[in-house]
Amino acid sequence: MHPIWKTSILFTVVTAVLFGLGYPLVMTGLAHLLLQRQADGSLILHDGQVIGSALIAQSFTSNRYFHPRPSAAGNGYDAQNSGGSNLAQSNATLVKRIQGDIDKLAAQNPGKPVPIDMVTTSGSGLDPDITPDNAYYQIDRVAAARGIAPEKLRRLVADHTEGRQLGFLGEPRVNVLELNMALDGLR
Amino acid sequence: MSVNGWLQFAIYSIVLLATVRPVGTYLAHVMEGERTWLDPVFRPIERLLYKLCGIKADTEMNWREYAFAALGFSAASLVFTYVVERMQGLLQGWANPQHLAAVGPDLAWNTAASFTTNTNWQSYVPETTMSYLTQMVGLATHNFWSAALGLCVAVALIRGIRRTGSGTIGNFWVDMTRSLFYVFLPACIVYGLLLVAQGVPQNLHPYTVAHTLENPSQAQTIAQGPVASQEAIKMLGTNGGGFFNANSAHPFENPTPLSNFFEILSIFIIPAGLTYTLGRMTGSPGHGWAVLGAMFALFAVGFTVCYWAESQPHPLIHDAAQTRTATAPGGNMEGKETRFGIADSALFATVTTDASCGAVNGMHDSFTPLGGMVPLVNIMLGEVVFGGVGAGMYGVLIFVVLSVFIAGLMVGRTPEYLGKKIEAYDVKMAMLYALIFPLVILTFSAVFVLLPNVGLASLANQGPHGFSEILYAFTSGAGNNGSAFAGLNANTWWYNVCLGWDMLVGRFLMMIPVLALAGNLAQKKSVPPSPGTFPVNSTLFAVLLIGVIVIVGALTFFPALSLGPILEHLLLHTGRLF
Repeated sequence: MHPIWKTSILFTVVTAVLFGLGYPLVMTGLAHLLLQRQADGSLILHDGQVIGSALIAQSFTSNRYFHPRPSAAGNGYDAQNSGGSNLAQSNATLVKRIQGDIDKLAAQNPGKPVPIDMVTTSGSGLDPDITPDNAYYQIDRVAAARGIAPEKLRRLVADHTEGRQLGFLGEPRVNVLELNMALDGLR
Repeated sequence: MSVNGWLQFAIYSIVLLATVRPVGTYLAHVMEGERTWLDPVFRPIERLLYKLCGIKADTEMNWREYAFAALGFSAASLVFTYVVERMQGLLQGWANPQHLAAVGPDLAWNTAASFTTNTNWQSYVPETTMSYLTQMVGLATHNFWSAALGLCVAVALIRGIRRTGSGTIGNFWVDMTRSLFYVFLPACIVYGLLLVAQGVPQNLHPYTVAHTLENPSQAQTIAQGPVASQEAIKMLGTNGGGFFNANSAHPFENPTPLSNFFEILSIFIIPAGLTYTLGRMTGSPGHGWAVLGAMFALFAVGFTVCYWAESQPHPLIHDAAQTRTATAPGGNMEGKETRFGIADSALFATVTTDASCGAVNGMHDSFTPLGGMVPLVNIMLGEVVFGGVGAGMYGVLIFVVLSVFIAGLMVGRTPEYLGKKIEAYDVKMAMLYALIFPLVILTFSAVFVLLPNVGLASLANQGPHGFSEILYAFTSGAGNNGSAFAGLNANTWWYNVCLGWDMLVGRFLMMIPVLALAGNLAQKKSVPPSPGTFPVNSTLFAVLLIGVIVIVGALTFFPALSLGPILEHLLLHTGRLF
């Protein structure tokens, strides 16, 4: 065997052990030592049961809750099958879907233009956030279903609005799961 | 477009440019075998590795030996990953908590080729296909190896430019070892922990079953894993292969705007630093800055077009708030995440395709026709706008050689580059590099477009956008980018096999001419500069370099682009859907 093969195989195996096992296992240890909650997936527990992750959208359909953005992950909010719709802007299916959803919302809320993030699927299908505009749009529906004054909900949304990180990074947003948990705590 | 969006671009650019000099200096130290502050930790490991693998660290290689070592190692590591994937079904416990079965032969081949070539094209859904151990040992290792290999070849070419009358261009194994231990490993440990702090998971638990708030009987299974360790090298090594299907759009891979900032910075940091390494190692710092300037100009133009296009409302949708407000980004939000909005999505898409990274934080397939054309064009320019780790540097140096050659033709003198006469052999190697790329892309695309059952059956979108999906796939493969118009179902026998070859040709057939050029330049004598020498550290040179890159790319690919995104844009604005 040519010496290059021998070196190639040895180098592959030795560095595979170091970088494929050593590195990620050390990182797992360090992460759990320093940042246990994040390392375990930012899970939210309630009465000892996992109700979800703060970072992962879950389905809400009742009028009593704020709704996340529509999801193209699996059959919707499938957290082991992330992904977007991958429909092109020139695809008739996409335009029909978006306009159909807009028309439904517009019929219930005449005169209010629909925030575009409300009717578009996210890249991951697991986007935990909505825009503040989207949250404010949903307030009347949730207030009516729960019999709460809309003014109270407006304050709740404002409290749960996360501004740009460090003042300039990203976009303002509202975490839907955390907002809905706060909503349940309001009663 | 918003003031805040431009502010983010400006701050990103300033931070990136501030890293160029320190990073470039450090890379030069490492690759020249000089002492670094990490020596006490890694020097003993380095020596032990040489001993274990029978590497003679003090001998140098000529370009053929260097190329054989690079190819031999790549072949061995490709087979290694193929075997790991095929044997996945035997794994138990934490290595494979979801009991995922062995990967099929065509997909395993495609994935092994994809990760070996630094492409990280993914025909599969990782959450339901790849076990934790396969991701760690089979895939993340290649993120280290392929990035280090790119760095080695770039440095070998720079040595070739600098050396005079030399038969050798370095020792491949020493270059590999030093870049792995002194560059990628320490950076990834720090960077990985920063990502965990932002919310990226790093565990070996089985997937979490959550009982959702509205309806506790409705379970949501949340995929987990050793994500942060892989995410760090995925970005820093310009690999781009996601731990999850949605890649960096997934909140577990990219949870916050700050993690997003780290990710786009880490894509460019080594390719940008290498321009300084080039200037330093060749003793011509101004040349490094001129190359950086040309790259940065092309990057800024790409971002501007993409950001503008994605901010536009959909022309056929009405009664929606599609324009920006203080608390909503508006624009084209299909396939984009709320936390990133339009500006960060456009910036990520531009950066990831300028460099041959291929990670995505939004779905390029759902971009506007012109917004989606920017990533495609970026790859078509040859992955030289910063480019992949090392690959971007040796790619742009090919265009530098061509620029110098063209400048020489204009004034009717034998072209020189940093004291080396550029002669027929050098230009032949440069042209080989420049021609293999479009040849493989356009041939495969044309064949697949003509075969309804093989090529067209996989399309998710019809009309010109369907053509764009196929063109993007083979461009991304040969450019070793790995991003996709992901509606295309590429997990078929034909796509898997042909994209595998597309990637291998785009990596190794282009690397061999580069090393041949390095070897040929190294043995030349240096000629002193004369009044007729075209200075390669001037603004004029940077402009010429931009011109050559754009003209070569445009002449080659404009006809294909006009059948895809340009046609789609024109038809969409006349109201035509497919």
